[in-house]
Amino acid sequence: MTRVLNLLPYTAAIVVALALPRVMYPVLALDILLWGLFAMSVDLLLGYVGLLSFGHAAFWGLGAYAAAIVAKSIGVPFVIAALVGAGAAAVLSVPFGYLAIRRRGIYFAMVTLAFAQLVFYVANEWRDLTGGENGLHGVPRTFPGLALGRSADFYYAALPLIVFGYALASRIVHSPFGHVLVAIRDNEPRAQALGYATWRYKLLAFVLSGGLAGLAGGLFALANGFASLDLLHWTTSGQAVLITILGGIGTLWGSLLGAVIVLELRDALTSAPELSGVVTGAVFVVIVLAFRAGLWATGRDVLRRFASPRVSARIDLSEGEVRHGRS
Amino acid sequence: MEYIALQLFNGLVNGSFYALLSLGLAVIFGVLRVVNFAHGALYMLGAFAAYLLLQDFGVGFWPALVLAPIGIGIAGMVLERLLIRRLYGLDPLYNFLLTFGLTLMIQDGVRLRYGLQGQPYPAPAELAGSVSAGLVAYPAYRLFVIAFSIVVCVAVWYVIERTRLGMIVRAATERPELTRALGINVDRWVTPVFGFGVALAALGGVLAAPMRNVSPLMGSELIIFAFAVVVIGGMGSIAGAVVAGFLVGVLASLAAVFNPALENVVAFALMAIVLLVRPAGLFGSLEARS
Repeated sequence: MTRVLNLLPYTAAIVVALALPRVMYPVLALDILLWGLFAMSVDLLLGYVGLLSFGHAAFWGLGAYAAAIVAKSIGVPFVIAALVGAGAAAVLSVPFGYLAIRRRGIYFAMVTLAFAQLVFYVANEWRDLTGGENGLHGVPRTFPGLALGRSADFYYAALPLIVFGYALASRIVHSPFGHVLVAIRDNEPRAQALGYATWRYKLLAFVLSGGLAGLAGGLFALANGFASLDLLHWTTSGQAVLITILGGIGTLWGSLLGAVIVLELRDALTSAPELSGVVTGAVFVVIVLAFRAGLWATGRDVLRRFASPRVSARIDLSEGEVRHGRS
Repeated sequence: MEYIALQLFNGLVNGSFYALLSLGLAVIFGVLRVVNFAHGALYMLGAFAAYLLLQDFGVGFWPALVLAPIGIGIAGMVLERLLIRRLYGLDPLYNFLLTFGLTLMIQDGVRLRYGLQGQPYPAPAELAGSVSAGLVAYPAYRLFVIAFSIVVCVAVWYVIERTRLGMIVRAATERPELTRALGINVDRWVTPVFGFGVALAALGGVLAAPMRNVSPLMGSELIIFAFAVVVIGGMGSIAGAVVAGFLVGVLASLAAVFNPALENVVAFALMAIVLLVRPAGLFGSLEARS
């Protein structure tokens, strides 16, 4: 019985994933899955290493540009283009991660934010390669033997790669490596005392996270046919963090739920982009003030309370000591 | 050579804004442990307040230089009371995220009302024209900006390092519990300090209004530079924020002499170097409270 129950979520997820482009525009469905993967990469660091990256737009954007460039200039199959995007982002994560993990907490957020802005300016200046403010348009998506012109077709073609990204994130979190990450999150000096070279774990987690964000960004460029400076802007990083927190920090799958809500909201407000900013900001404020546990954990609590009277513990960002003197 | 001298002055002007914003960030962080993401948006509100004072009430630059920071500072105190206060005691990241959300709301709210287009704001008549400054003639208003920001920075430094009020603020920064145990009401200073930091940002906004167009997104890139400056100077360090602010401004402008594309990159490159060599920042003490 338990085994059947354990398999149930996966079956449901597969059914939902297959049916999604039937109930909404395929492009929106794809965007949701990709933003979900992007937010998962943020959660990999935030929820499991305790590092809030506010600069993941750099990896998402670089993945998008790299995929767009190889798809346009060489015309490689979309899978290769997306993997090139992931690879480029992972390579960039090495120096950024190496420098950023020297600081923790709020500093880490500010440092990653600043590095992402650096990438933004470089992309803005390097017009020959990136098209500057115009971005790159008309990015082709091809695969031998498949016609991928329609978005619905591309959705199903890209789905295995996206699921691979989810599986990788899930595998990382549940591996022994992932447990070391959690140990570092909860008490880094203790993890060090146990003999772990914690900076190596943090750096590897950062690179894996950057690579996943790059994979999502690369597929995003292929799905939408463009790569633009917007993808690198700090508001994009903020959007990813919003999705992560809305879904629930340290839940991984919550990111998908968060992506559904944020992207549906944005889709409903496409006619008024300024209003979309106000609404997104307001959602941010409300979540941070009143809904820090996130959708996933809240939903799980409700289910568990339904199943058994015991209330489960929630993961909170502030598990460590309270820094501020006020109470 | 003249171009280099000109760029040096431009660098000092940019540095003035970096210094004013980073100074406000540092003061707020020191006492509240809050990294105020909305600082850039509040800077923009300062500029808009000056613009609206002129448009709707005919209030000129000099009164606005006082009124706008006071008004926006009070608005900041309301924000602190209503929202930011609720998240003390949690990880400081939550207040970072809260103020990020506020930034989006403020920026796009202003955009909704006034559009993206920049509004011009005239420089005060007393400071029109140029002054011969050594090798080059330089706009008088910009020289005033440099001098005025230096005066403000020195005044803030003096208040914090040399007065009793500053002593309380510093004590509350270093050891809040101990300060409280000595009978000093730390909580009383939290809201005014936040308002003061915000007023510094708004002051920067008013100063920027005659130089740069008043537009909703004028603070959205500046805030990221201010973050880089604060990391370079050492978080919470008053002197570090000011010195690093001018340093980044001048170095970026001088780098632009060689290649204009470098101007925006310098701050972040400098930040990377500082992180490598001195992770706590130029003036920062060890990461006692990360």
